[in-house]
Amino acid sequence: MTSVAAVLAQQGSFLDWEWISANTDLIWAQTVQHVVLTVVSVVVGIVLSLLLALLAVRWRWLTGPILAFGGILYSVPSLAAFALLVPFFGITATTAVIALTTYTVLILVRNILIGLDGVPADVVEAARGQGYTDRQVLWKVQLPLATPVIIAGVRVATVTVIGLVTVTALIGLGGLGDLILTGFRLLPPLPVMVTTGTVLSVVLAVVFDLSLVGLQRVLTPWTRRGAD
Amino acid sequence: MIRLDDVTKSFPGTSEPAVDGLSLPIAAGEIVTLVGPSGCGKTTTLKMINRIIEPTSGTITVDGEDVRSRPAHELRRGIGYVIQQIGLLPHKTIEDNVTTVPRLLGWDDQRQSDRAHELMELMDLDQSMLSRYPSELSGGQRQRVGVARALAADPPVLLMDEPFGAVDPIVRRRLQEQLLGLQEELGKTIVFVTHDIDEAIALGDRVAILNVGGHLAQYATPTELLSNPADDFVVDFLGDERALRRLSLLHVADLELAEGPVVAANASAADARAAADDYDANWVGVTDDERLRGWLWTSELVDGKSAGDHDTRDFRVWIRPEDSLRTALDAIVSSRNNVAVVSDGQSYHGMLFVEQVTAELLA
Repeated sequence: MTSVAAVLAQQGSFLDWEWISANTDLIWAQTVQHVVLTVVSVVVGIVLSLLLALLAVRWRWLTGPILAFGGILYSVPSLAAFALLVPFFGITATTAVIALTTYTVLILVRNILIGLDGVPADVVEAARGQGYTDRQVLWKVQLPLATPVIIAGVRVATVTVIGLVTVTALIGLGGLGDLILTGFRLLPPLPVMVTTGTVLSVVLAVVFDLSLVGLQRVLTPWTRRGAD
Repeated sequence: MIRLDDVTKSFPGTSEPAVDGLSLPIAAGEIVTLVGPSGCGKTTTLKMINRIIEPTSGTITVDGEDVRSRPAHELRRGIGYVIQQIGLLPHKTIEDNVTTVPRLLGWDDQRQSDRAHELMELMDLDQSMLSRYPSELSGGQRQRVGVARALAADPPVLLMDEPFGAVDPIVRRRLQEQLLGLQEELGKTIVFVTHDIDEAIALGDRVAILNVGGHLAQYATPTELLSNPADDFVVDFLGDERALRRLSLLHVADLELAEGPVVAANASAADARAAADDYDANWVGVTDDERLRGWLWTSELVDGKSAGDHDTRDFRVWIRPEDSLRTALDAIVSSRNNVAVVSDGQSYHGMLFVEQVTAELLA
């Protein structure tokens, strides 16, 4: 990497404010695309994982197969995943979202199941004893109490996806990865594009992670009060 | 009110049933305590009433209606339920916890909120607690919130599974007294599981002693149980202090008190000696009007002086009419004169001798 950096350094500055101010529209457009791909993929991932987790709760024996399925998806190299999907969906956002979503499923399903398992048995029994239906126990007791663990999973999944979106540039699907890739490909290379793409990608990851921490604090006020 | 008829529960993978052919009628407005060693099926029995556990065979009716005749969640909304671990919803405020059942029943917000305030008052909890979370309360407070939640929709039946098992003895005693006070006011039908025979006797209008496998060893009032245990198992379970336990159920006011070797302050020394002789005592008490001033040895009486002219010693142990005979016995054995002086704090009621207490036990 040092040699690449060295090559790039010969071609121009890593921090070229002139280029940046001249290309704010491009930078903005790629950032928005990056955010859209991330959000859509994570949201689809949450919905899909919730469905799979609920199946596993309903039919316990499905837990193993569902986690194995998530594990296989997770282990497919991202580049290969994109390449495999392009023949079916073309170079579209759909391809990117499907590929990105698959990486969130294992993390999210596992955290939802761990979160549900962690709900104290006496709380569930008391809720049933007061006359909650099974569905009410799940939606009004178990899922709310699993929120901290589920959000922990969403944080990992989101940061993972933000990193992976840069790879989608390789199949021409943009995002901040486009800036990085173009910066390399230009003749001569333009280091400032690489820097801009990389820094913004990291900034996005930090912003999303902190927002999710904030969201958890808002959603789980009971965890911040009391002695135990 | 509640009837169990030939109820059996076998858990999969076990050879012996947890409850085997148990029949138990529970009268409306009574507290019935289920007590027995671990593995006697007392908790299983309780949980079959609100179908947390489904019986393998037999029928259970509540108010004449088979518990299986409607969906379990509807049945449960009409039966208060308190468990040892309490199981308050940690993500809901005390107000939301307390109004759980009214909310499920679709009461409007105003009615729910009014009820929450009423329940706090009833359970002697501060109204400011309503906005707190369960983790901010002490164990005893949480347990009272648990009882409040069970009472919220005013169900006729209350099921309590070792509700005071996890709190310290002092708090437990207070919660027991509070429950008895509440029951006097509310007259619920309460089924109460405990492993503590003292608790079972203190709280139960009737006590069901269960043996391993859910066999009913005896079902009787506490007094009946202590005076006529059905078999050796019951005798063993009641323990060595059966007589003392019975004494704790009887009250001083139930007995006819003795006048005691007592004379008025203006009585002569001879009268005082005569009064002592009547009780074969070597001491005599002296009264001022209604009050008991104290006592002195008969050997200290000086002829020619009235009883009130002598120096007297104070009676150090007093008991009240509402005290139990167990307390009275304790007072008797720790007094110098082998007698318990009964007073309501103002006037002297009489004396209790050990013979009266033992006579009551043999009656």
